[in-house]
Amino acid sequence: MERTQELLVNMGPQHPSTHGVLRLMVKLDGEQVTWCEPDIGYLHRCFEKLSEQKTYPQVIPFTDRTDYLAALLNEMCYVEAVEKLFGDAIVVPERAQYIRVMMAELQRITSHLLALGSMAMDLGAVTPFLYCWRDREKIYSLFERITGGRMLYNYLRIGGVRNDLPEGIIGTPQDGEDKADKTIWGFINYFDAYVYPQWKELVTGNRIFQYRTQKIGVLTAEQAIAYAASGAVLRGSGVKWDLRKNLPYSIYDRLEFDIPVGKNGDCFDRWWVRQEEMFQSSRIVKQCLAWLAENPGPVMAKVPRVLKPPKGEIYHRIEGARGEVACYVVSDGGTNPYKVKWRSPAFTHLQLMPLLCPGHKVADIIAILGSIDVVLGEVDR
Amino acid sequence: MEWWNSLPPTAQVWLGGILKGSLILVWGLLNFAICLMLERKISAWIQNRVGPWRVGLWGWIQPIADLIKLWVKEYIHPNNVDKWLYLIAPFIGFVTANLVWLIVPFGDKFIATDLEIGIIFIAAVTGYDVIATFMAGWGSNNKYSLLGAMRGAAQLISYEITMVMSLIGVVMMAGSLRLSDIVLAQQERGFLGWFLFPQAIGFIVYLIASLAELNRAPFDLAEAEQELVAGHHTEYSGMRWAMFMLAEYIHLAAWSAIAATLFLGGWSGPTLGQVAAGLGNVLNGFGAFVNPVGTAVADWGMSIMGSTVLNWIAGVFWLVLKTYFFIFLAMWIRWTLPRVRIDQLMDLGWKFLLPVSLFNIFLTGTLRYVAVTFDGLPISIGSFTMRLLGWWL
Repeated sequence: MERTQELLVNMGPQHPSTHGVLRLMVKLDGEQVTWCEPDIGYLHRCFEKLSEQKTYPQVIPFTDRTDYLAALLNEMCYVEAVEKLFGDAIVVPERAQYIRVMMAELQRITSHLLALGSMAMDLGAVTPFLYCWRDREKIYSLFERITGGRMLYNYLRIGGVRNDLPEGIIGTPQDGEDKADKTIWGFINYFDAYVYPQWKELVTGNRIFQYRTQKIGVLTAEQAIAYAASGAVLRGSGVKWDLRKNLPYSIYDRLEFDIPVGKNGDCFDRWWVRQEEMFQSSRIVKQCLAWLAENPGPVMAKVPRVLKPPKGEIYHRIEGARGEVACYVVSDGGTNPYKVKWRSPAFTHLQLMPLLCPGHKVADIIAILGSIDVVLGEVDR
Repeated sequence: MEWWNSLPPTAQVWLGGILKGSLILVWGLLNFAICLMLERKISAWIQNRVGPWRVGLWGWIQPIADLIKLWVKEYIHPNNVDKWLYLIAPFIGFVTANLVWLIVPFGDKFIATDLEIGIIFIAAVTGYDVIATFMAGWGSNNKYSLLGAMRGAAQLISYEITMVMSLIGVVMMAGSLRLSDIVLAQQERGFLGWFLFPQAIGFIVYLIASLAELNRAPFDLAEAEQELVAGHHTEYSGMRWAMFMLAEYIHLAAWSAIAATLFLGGWSGPTLGQVAAGLGNVLNGFGAFVNPVGTAVADWGMSIMGSTVLNWIAGVFWLVLKTYFFIFLAMWIRWTLPRVRIDQLMDLGWKFLLPVSLFNIFLTGTLRYVAVTFDGLPISIGSFTMRLLGWWL
C-alpha cells in the first residue's frame, strides 16, 4: 500500500552543527520543516545543586562553566548578586569595577566572534570560522596574562577582582597590529582596523550569505517579548532594550555607547546586531582603558575572611553575551548559599525553535539555531 | 611498432584497451593524490594555517598515508542496508569519474578514444554519477543519506541540462562534437582563438553548472556537512568511503580538463621547438644582428619542431597547467563562499542559468550567421561593426 508520511529526523545529540549536545526532533515534508522540538538535558552537570554545597567564593568556578564561552559575564552576574546581598558591607573599589567592565566587554567580543564564526560555518563557509578563531586567540592570550586562564578564569572575586592588571598590558593607543596579542590597546586597534571591517565586508556583505539569512526565522517584536527573548535576539527584532542602558549596573552609566537595533527580526538582523555590538564593546573597552591608565588604586574591597551574607534573597541580572543572564541567590545567613538559580538566555531562546523553524527548509534550521546562538552548557547547566 | 602491427587485430584491441585503461586509472589516482593535497594546502593557506606538514617533504606524501589508513580500516556494514546497492555504489561513482578521462585529448592524436560524440559522452557519463549518489543514499537506510541523495539527484538532473546547453555554443563554433576537433578549431589565432573569449557567457555558465554538477561548495548540498552530516555517504567507512572521495577528486580533475579543452584551447600552447625557434629569433634581434648562438638555437628549435613525442609532452604540460588552473579556481571558491540552499540552487539553475545558456546559443547562432553572411563582402561602414562582432566567429 502506498502512503506518504512525514520524515522524523533526530538532529543530534551528535550532529556537526548542534553546538554541543542538543537534540532537535524535526519532522520533514521533503525539505520542508513542519515541526521542530528541541530536547535538552544531555549536558546537565548539577551546577545549581552543587552550589548549595559550596561556600560563596567556591561557587565562582561553577559560574565559569555554565556558559563557558562567556565565563566572565557569568562571574560578574553572580559576584554582583552576592555583593548586593551584603548591601553596604562591601564597597567594590572603582578600579575593580572598571576592570570588570573592560574584561566583560572583551569577553563579549570573543563570544560574539564565536557566535558569528560558527553561524557562518553552519551556513557552509568554513573559512570565517578559522578567522574568528585566530582573532579570539589574541584576546585569550591577553586573558591568560591577566587571569591565568584562557577560557575559564575564576578571576572575579566577591568584593573586587583577584589581581590588578599586569604591568604593560594596557599599552598605548598607538599600539598597532603587531601588538594585538600583547596589549589590550593593540588588540582594540587591530579589531577596529581589521577584524570588524573584514567581517562586515567578507561575510555580512556576501550575497549568498544574505540570501541564506534574510527573511529566515522572522521573530516579530511582540513574539520576542512574549517569549522572553533578550540580547541580540530581542534587539534583532527591533526592541531597544539593553540592561546596560535601561537598568545600568556597575559603571555602565558612565560609559558612552550605542545600542544597535535590527528591523526585521530575521537571522540576518540578529547577526548584524552581534556584529555591531562587537564594535560598541570595543568603544567601551577604549573608555575603560583610558580611565584605568590614569587611576591606579586597590582592586579588592575589605571583605571578611568567611563570607556570611545576611539572610535574604536577591535577583540580579546583567546583559550577558547571549542575552539577560540573571542569578537568583537565597541566603540563610550561613556560609553556603541556600539556593543559586540561573536564568540563562540560551535556555529561554531555545524555546523559539518550534516557533521559528516550521515552514522553512532543513538548511534554515541550522541557520536559525546559529542565529540564536545557543551554548548548551548554559542551557543545561 | 613492427611487433605491434604483427599482432592480430583482436589482440591489438584488447591489449590497447587494457593498456589505456590502466594508464587512465594511474593518471586518475595521481591526480587524486595531487588534488587532495592541494585542497588541504590551499584551504590551509586561505585559513591562516600550515596544512599537512609532517609526512614527507612539506607533507606531500600525506595523501598516500591517508589512503593506507583508510585501506586498513574496518569496513562497517550497518544492519538493514540494501546490501548490493550499498556495496556497489562507491565503485560506480569511481568508474564514472575515470571514464571522462577516456576522451580528453592530451595532444595531437594523443587521446585514448577519439569519440565522434565526445560532448554527448561527457554528458552521459557525468550523468551516471547521480546513480551512484542515489544508490548510496537509498541503500544506506539512513535518513540523512536519503535526504542527501534526493538533493543530489535533483541537483544533478537540473544542472546537467544547463551544462550541456552551455556547451552547445562551443559545438556550434567548432562544428564538431569531437573533442580533438574542438581543440584544433581553437588553434587559429593563438590564444585569442580560445573559445573562452567568444563564448564568455557559455564559459561562466559552464563553470557554475559544473561546480553544481561536481557537488562542490557552494553547491555541495548532497553532502552538506552542517545539515546532513555527510549526506549520501554518511554510513560509509574505510575504503568504500575513500572511493567516494576518489571519485570526487578524479571527477574534479576530469571536469577541469574538459573545461580546459573546451574553453582554453586544451593542449594547444607553444611546444619546445617553437619556444626555441622564437628564442633564437629574439637572440638574432629579429634578423637585425644575426649571430651564431641565435642561429644555432633557432635551427635546433626548427629541427625538433616536428618531433611527435616532444609535442605530446608540450601538450600534456599545457593541458595539465590549464587543468590545475581550474582545480585551483574550484578550491578557491569552495573555501570562500557559504553554501546555497536547495530552493535557491534550483532557482539559480532553472530560472537564471538555463535561460542564459539558451540566450548564448541564440547569440552564437546569430553572430555566426552574420559572420558567414558578411564574409567576403567589401567592408562598408554598416557591415564593419558586424564584422568586428563576428571576428572571432
